[in-house]
Amino acid sequence: MKWGEFKMEKKKLNYKLLLEIFLVFFKISPITFGGGFAMIPIMEDVMVHKKKWIGKEELVDVFAVSQSVPGAIAVNSAIFVGYQIAGIPGALIALLGIVTPTFVIIIALGVLFASFQHNVHVQAALRGIRPVVVALIASAAWKMSKVSLVDKTCVALCAVCVVALLLFKSLNLILVIISGALLGIVLVQVQKAQRQASAQKKVRGEKL
Amino acid sequence: MSAFFDLFITFFKLGLVSFGGGYAMIPLIQTEVQNHHWLSMSVFTDMIAISAMAPGPIATNTATIVGDKCLGFPGAVVACLAVTLPSLLLILIIGKLFIKFQNHPLVKAAFYGLRPTIVGIILFAAVKFALSNGIIGGSNLIDVKSAVLLLVAMVILIKTKLHPAYLILAAGVAGIVMFG
Repeated sequence: MKWGEFKMEKKKLNYKLLLEIFLVFFKISPITFGGGFAMIPIMEDVMVHKKKWIGKEELVDVFAVSQSVPGAIAVNSAIFVGYQIAGIPGALIALLGIVTPTFVIIIALGVLFASFQHNVHVQAALRGIRPVVVALIASAAWKMSKVSLVDKTCVALCAVCVVALLLFKSLNLILVIISGALLGIVLVQVQKAQRQASAQKKVRGEKL
Repeated sequence: MSAFFDLFITFFKLGLVSFGGGYAMIPLIQTEVQNHHWLSMSVFTDMIAISAMAPGPIATNTATIVGDKCLGFPGAVVACLAVTLPSLLLILIIGKLFIKFQNHPLVKAAFYGLRPTIVGIILFAAVKFALSNGIIGGSNLIDVKSAVLLLVAMVILIKTKLHPAYLILAAGVAGIVMFG
């Protein structure tokens, strides 16, 4: 399927379509507990089957890109789908739709928290909750490691990263991320060279 | 005004580099919160708990609530905008291009190194949170009650698909019983 197909045919803004896009994302947003991946089947159901705004293959591409581009997967995919359906206005309205409900909810929870945080029971509850937050973060790393640490080199790179961060407290995380990407390119080149070298050795060995 | 500008620039910058979404952004936000002295680490941990309980992406939730804590409601709006703006710009500018190039060897190689690095950064964040909340490294080296809660939560999160919100609520009840 071609990517240009969903470009706006009319120059005039289709307000009805924009409102519909807004409402769809507004409704999806608060029910997708767990964000990102939890959203995929619901988005597919609404976008592909009910509204027929986008093809299934295109949605797969959208999710692939949304995971690679920085930022929250849910937000990225909403922006991208909105863009595919109705251009830049669609992207903006989808972003507004996906962010507004959760924004309001988190602000409300924040206010609620502020008024109860000094309560003794709440303090005790928080002492129980804090270790779970650590577990949440650690389990995110664990889940991500299953698709990220595909070989020994990746495991080593990950270990080096953790040790370096623990030893050198002032390391800039953004620079660490960029170095990781550059190192990836270098490592793949090295692996390629090694493979070629061993293949040549083999060929030579056979000739002898 | 400069406080708002600072908040905006900080979260915009984080939005630009938060590959891997949600939890990958937490260590980045944590570093900024520490460097700017925006919140204490225990308050920041509580904010993450709230962000994880609420629906929606944890990255935007955390940014919003940190902005709210620092500069009130306008701060929340600024932080939320700043952290999502890079997504918008990147997708509008390179989204379609990326579909073509996502299987390019160079892009794949970059992600080959990028992903383990992100995992490392998140792991590091977990250790840092455990330290700053006194779960490890405190006067007793390990706070046994907290460590038990951590391990049980870890097993549940890995083995089941239980939503974190329920786990956080249960941990709150456990906290009242154990520490109350």
